[in-house]
Amino acid sequence: MLKYSKETMKRFTEPRFAGEMDDANAVGEEGNLKCGDMMRIYLKVEDGVIKDIRFLTYGCVAAIASTDALCEIVKGKTLEEAKKMTWKDVVDNLGEVPPIKYHCSIMGIEALQDAIKNYEDKEKGIAKDSKKQKRPCCYQECCGKTV
Amino acid sequence: MKQIYMDNGATTKIDPNVLKEMMPYFTDKYANPSSFHSFGQEAKDAVEKSRLIIAKAINADDKEIFFTSGGTESNNLALKGIAFSCKNRSDNKSLDQSEKNASKKNCTENQIITTKIEHKCILNTCRWLEEQGFKITYLEVDKEGFVNPEDIRKSITDKTILVSIIHANNEVGTIQDLEAIGKVIADVNKYRKKRNINSRIYFHTDACQSFTKTELDVQKYNLDLVTLNAHKIHGPKGVGALFIRRELIQKGKIISWQHGGSHESGIRAGTENVHGIVGFGKAVEVGMKDMEKNVKHMTLLRDRLIDGIISAVPNIKLNGPAIQKDSRKNKKISETDRRLCNNINFSFRAIEGESLGGYLDQKGICSSTGSACNAINLEPSYVLTAMGLDDEEANGSLRLSLSKFNTEEEVDYVLKVLPKIVEKLRFISPIGKEVNIK
Repeated sequence: MLKYSKETMKRFTEPRFAGEMDDANAVGEEGNLKCGDMMRIYLKVEDGVIKDIRFLTYGCVAAIASTDALCEIVKGKTLEEAKKMTWKDVVDNLGEVPPIKYHCSIMGIEALQDAIKNYEDKEKGIAKDSKKQKRPCCYQECCGKTV
Repeated sequence: MKQIYMDNGATTKIDPNVLKEMMPYFTDKYANPSSFHSFGQEAKDAVEKSRLIIAKAINADDKEIFFTSGGTESNNLALKGIAFSCKNRSDNKSLDQSEKNASKKNCTENQIITTKIEHKCILNTCRWLEEQGFKITYLEVDKEGFVNPEDIRKSITDKTILVSIIHANNEVGTIQDLEAIGKVIADVNKYRKKRNINSRIYFHTDACQSFTKTELDVQKYNLDLVTLNAHKIHGPKGVGALFIRRELIQKGKIISWQHGGSHESGIRAGTENVHGIVGFGKAVEVGMKDMEKNVKHMTLLRDRLIDGIISAVPNIKLNGPAIQKDSRKNKKISETDRRLCNNINFSFRAIEGESLGGYLDQKGICSSTGSACNAINLEPSYVLTAMGLDDEEANGSLRLSLSKFNTEEEVDYVLKVLPKIVEKLRFISPIGKEVNIK
């Protein structure tokens, strides 16, 4: 196994934001089973502010820890602030992350953006597009799989 | 926190008796076995003693055992040494020029047959040989990881020079029927002789995982080359051996791959790793003496773990050969063994192996996984995918590999901890809801 920081292992074994959310008003998803990572983000948005956030993640230690970290970072932020978050903010929160696992943090951000888009689409009255564009699954040169 | 080591497929703890045997060769008996003085001869005697122990363990002659730095080197030597020996023949002074040219030209068109579930050091050596022009056939395996000996017969051509089949797979513990495969190759060789084709097909196996855990008899299985190593059998790292049948040496059918002094009869240059070889010999001696006892112990623990996990965790799949209950009664080890006595490999639906292994590590349990997340190339295990597992199954795989040092208490601790971790990870998995129910 890769060497993970203490903060990463703590978030992995005791995640604070894991689980479903019954009263969510937006959901976003990223990844798939082939890649070995799949993330779902639930949002409860009130007056443009993320009042609550939960995640479900299928994936490795880094994937679970980074979605938990992401939830903490964006909770209480406005949607506009949340949109500006990058994967580097997630990595900083976790301390050190092995470079091969950066894509986990990137995917978390993508799932969040997807959830925000889902909220905004609903507000505009546009049905969520269920057909996602095909794209490489792990944002790395070493893994060019498109699924 | 107590550490429970169940990653013995990766490496093993050195046996205290082995370490004790090795110690004088670091401190007192440190001479070079190639030195002519009595101090050197003492070291040489120790090397030769180990050679004899290892030869006896596989029913070979001590002159047929060649020490190397480990399994990877032995596999490289076996494949490249055989493949390029025909170039050696082109340098044979007894041949005339046209024969030499013909030999050189045809050499790299030769074929090697292997499987899709070999260790990386066989597969990557084969890929390199392909780049040199050799033809490699990678055989399919069934869903339990077995090669069909008839598939080998069908793949053989007049250009086939070598068949290399792993004895026991490192990930799923499938033990191939080497006796049946050896018979197929012997059949073809007989037929070749009838047709006045002089070249024999040689049979190689990588027995790193199986050595001292199931029967390995080079005569019974018609083996010409066998890869062995020490650190998988409670010996030290950095030492291994290659059994090479005498005929191959005599006829120049294998060439050296590491050049230098005339160590190991010119097959493998470099001052012998004396303390390592001494440790290897002792590990084999201890391992062979206690084989029945150890295999029985590990089989008991293996089945306790497998049964316990199956009854406690829903939606899982045992990878590798199915367990045959009470099959060992009144039978020899080799007659019943389809799966390594120390291998447990499960796929857990809806969770990923690296996180399961990572969580077990937090609880002091060492395991391994075939998940893409654990691999540098982010691809799931090629062994599991060759056996027909889908991506979710391969990514959700966990291997526990036992040794003689594991105890029932350790097994029970794993059975207490593992189901809870699986449940917890499934709770936070977006696809875990439906599989967490029994």
